[in-house]
Amino acid sequence: MPRITVNVDGTEYTDEVEPRMLLVQYLRERLGKVGTVVGCDTSNCGACTVHLDGHSVKSCSVLAVQADGHDVTTVEGLAQDGRLHPLQQAFHDNHALQCGFCTPGMIMQALDLLAEVHEPDDQQIREGMEGNLCRCTGYQNIVRAVRDASQRMQPGAGPAVEHAPGEAQSQAPVPRTPADEHVETRVTGGRQS
Amino acid sequence: MTSVLEPELGRARKRKEDARLITGRTRWTDNLTPMGTLHLAILRSPVAHARITAINTDEARRMPGVSAVFTGRDIADEQGSLPCAWPITEDMKAPAAPPLAVDKVCFAGEAVAVVAARSAAEARDALDAIDVDYEDLPVVLDMEAALQPDSPLVHDDLGTNRNATWTFDSAEAGTGGDVEQALSSAEVRVDRTFRQQRLIPAFMEPRSVVVDPTGEQITMWSATQVPHILRLMLSMSLGVPEQKIRVIAPDVGGGFGGKLQVTPEEVIAFVLARKLGRPVKWTESRSETMVSGHHGRDQIQKLSMSATRDGKITGLKVGLLADMGAYLRLVTPGIPILGAFMFNAIYKIPAYHFSCTNVFTNKTPTDAYRGAGRPEATFAIERMMDELAAELGVDPMELRRKNWIAHDEFPYDTVAGLTYDSGNYEAATDKAVELFGYQALREEQEERRRSGDPVQLGIGISTFTEMCGLAPSRVLGSLSYGAGGWEHASIRVLPTGKVEVVTGTSPHGQGHVTAWSQIAADRLGVPFEDVEVLHGDTQISPKGMDTYGSRSLAVGGMAVVSAADKVVEKAKKIAAHLLECADDDVEFASGRFGVRGTDRGTALAEVALAAFAAHDLPEGVEPNLDADATFDPENFSFPHGTHLCATEVDTETGEVKIRKYVCVDDIGTVINPLIVEGQVHGGLAQGIAQALFEEAVYDETGTLTTGTLADYLIPSAADLPEFITDRTETRATSNVLGVKGVGEAGTIASTPAVVNAVVDALRPMGVNDVQMPCSPQRVWRAVTGARESSVTAPEAGGGLGSMDVQGGNR
Ligand code: FES
Ligand code: FES
Repeated sequence: MPRITVNVDGTEYTDEVEPRMLLVQYLRERLGKVGTVVGCDTSNCGACTVHLDGHSVKSCSVLAVQADGHDVTTVEGLAQDGRLHPLQQAFHDNHALQCGFCTPGMIMQALDLLAEVHEPDDQQIREGMEGNLCRCTGYQNIVRAVRDASQRMQPGAGPAVEHAPGEAQSQAPVPRTPADEHVETRVTGGRQS
Repeated sequence: MTSVLEPELGRARKRKEDARLITGRTRWTDNLTPMGTLHLAILRSPVAHARITAINTDEARRMPGVSAVFTGRDIADEQGSLPCAWPITEDMKAPAAPPLAVDKVCFAGEAVAVVAARSAAEARDALDAIDVDYEDLPVVLDMEAALQPDSPLVHDDLGTNRNATWTFDSAEAGTGGDVEQALSSAEVRVDRTFRQQRLIPAFMEPRSVVVDPTGEQITMWSATQVPHILRLMLSMSLGVPEQKIRVIAPDVGGGFGGKLQVTPEEVIAFVLARKLGRPVKWTESRSETMVSGHHGRDQIQKLSMSATRDGKITGLKVGLLADMGAYLRLVTPGIPILGAFMFNAIYKIPAYHFSCTNVFTNKTPTDAYRGAGRPEATFAIERMMDELAAELGVDPMELRRKNWIAHDEFPYDTVAGLTYDSGNYEAATDKAVELFGYQALREEQEERRRSGDPVQLGIGISTFTEMCGLAPSRVLGSLSYGAGGWEHASIRVLPTGKVEVVTGTSPHGQGHVTAWSQIAADRLGVPFEDVEVLHGDTQISPKGMDTYGSRSLAVGGMAVVSAADKVVEKAKKIAAHLLECADDDVEFASGRFGVRGTDRGTALAEVALAAFAAHDLPEGVEPNLDADATFDPENFSFPHGTHLCATEVDTETGEVKIRKYVCVDDIGTVINPLIVEGQVHGGLAQGIAQALFEEAVYDETGTLTTGTLADYLIPSAADLPEFITDRTETRATSNVLGVKGVGEAGTIASTPAVVNAVVDALRPMGVNDVQMPCSPQRVWRAVTGARESSVTAPEAGGGLGSMDVQGGNR
């Protein structure tokens, strides 16, 4: 069986996995990262979205072996020192979830979107979240939450949640480079202090 | 002295539930795997109708990791029959419904064999090694064909594909006049046939079940909406004593009726766990959900409406065919009946006749889906109102105003035999019309029509009401439903003054923990944060009727109120004893018991501690500060509202865009406006999806061709507009909170609003109906069809012939 080393939410794991094991299965069944969930078998629902080297991927369509040597961030890696990430806070504040099953995927996808476009308008948000399905909310509050989070993460919103000036379109927020050692990116990215 | 707390009712509290859901610290059933668990995989029939002549499982048994393989025959004696709790008529035909097919399959997706293995992957691998011989039988998929005398039978032993026919007639019931007379003497009459396409509930969390047979009780965790009903039905259909079963619904990822069920898979897992003596677990794939979880809607609706020339409705006749699919599930036959009471909607209709024939076909069984019977009814009546308005040449809003029950006429006895307790259709409608900018949009529509703009504007109206709060048990009984609809709650004030609320409702996204906390905090005068709500476990919450049909607040929330009031009553006696005064001299406010006319008093928490210590309690008062309550309302509650939709319809491509959506709902007293708004949004998304996107489609062999989320079009954020929502507030008089229920309002009202808007856009071109979902192709076809028929039958257009001419060469 192939041996893989993956950094998940800042911790390095080495494991032997079946070649066919999906990344989402590896996260859930081996590492107990049950925040990431499976909603479909056709990569349409987005419930399983995590970040692989800072970019959102549907972890049901990535093999665990493909994550070998890479960094993975799940929803469980967002809150730091007991403080919610601004996106998590925004989802809570805007009642952007009901059953919550789609929520981790939504949050991870929104984080990627906000890294690409720092101040998206509603249409950009709606299109950016197109691959993530929610059956409960009708999306309106999700759109609000993402917009709200984009404000909280803007320059001037406070040192800990500002996007890095001048790096607006290129610099990835923190979950793209998980783990606590990258204090630099934490400041420029989406973390609260 | 306690500080005065702000009132909780009506407060936009952010949800207590969110904290763990946004951080991924959840307990979905699929997260649970007891030690020694065997994983199940289920082999499903690829064909819609066949005799099973042989099943060979030898090779599968030898596959790596496999512990056991069972066929229906192997467990025929133990698996019972899936229960149907709603025998709607005495002569209803109900087939046996074995969870695992024994010698015949009746729909594609029916469970045929089950593998138990060390891992889910090994179990799934072994499915390929099972060899089944099917002897194909003729398939019947169409409801009308199924009723023909020469139709193939889904169940031979029933001798018919007719499940039951249920009728209501207002003349017979004494609630109104004679419909035939009204129709035959009508000045104006409109006849229409509508189709309610088959829908899939499509909750995001696939179903999952874990059964642990070790210990005194058999414990089942299931992604279910109905742990209490599930436990009872497992016991009744499997003969296992009820007290030996514990059902837990941990975090449940949506339901929408789709998890209001005793599923074959739950029963199979239960039977196997007992047989194998080990925990078993089954989690479905999405494709399995689509094909084997139940579907919703699927009706053919024939309506006739009569009216006077000046627009007063004189009669309504409704004839339904409802597709049961291949088997009856928990409440399958009763779903269309729920609609029987709602076809008359908010209108004063003097004569009414309803009949429904339920039909078996070789398709996935249907059952409750968000709104259950009421969206179907509301759709049909609201489409009819628009058609009648077109026939009379009046504004559809004017026609509605002319026929609805006026605010000063409540309470109002309807022709269907219900009593609407309160409502104010005028207020909701006026507000909606203003928010929408009705007049300006009508003018723009006129302009576009005049200019022959290829993109036409349509305006759709839906003024609706529904019945929520199922209970009342007495009424459910009169409809032959197998159980009551009461709800239970208990409240324990702990020795520390903190509060535990136990509810029999079983939320799956609705936010009961937050809302029930608000109710209890308000009633007891304790901080919101001090309340914990326990639910979804038959051991923790032993009595309950669970969550479906927007009943939780109006029934379950009221049970919390009753329990809280009992707690206060008991605490008052103890307080009087402690304060050495008469019971009557104690008054309760803001969590404090005071002696009238003095500044002496004691807090609820102090009373709770005294009740716990029990050193000195008044005569006849039991220790501890707690109370139980069961609430069974006298009447349903009747939320209502006005939804307005403007669509832009491209007559060249058939594309429909929602330009503006406004709704004003009246759901009585609001406990938490944040939660209410969220529920309305979610409901709108589902209702709009029925109008524009979703449909379960079968090919002629009975294979579901929309069997994944790639083919079954659940709308994404990009497909939906921003909604403008608002409220009016007319208290329900059927409960002291004045609440009505909100979970289904958006779904029920939005479908007709959208379709009316699509048809309205195209009406000048001669279109008077577009079948749901109004996909670009269907719309385009309707336009083209109308153009073609307008060449041969010019009167079909009903106006604006210029558009037909312009459209001719498109
Ligand atoms: S589970 Fe990965 S996209 Fe649905
Ligand atoms: S909150 Fe339930 S699916 Fe999105």
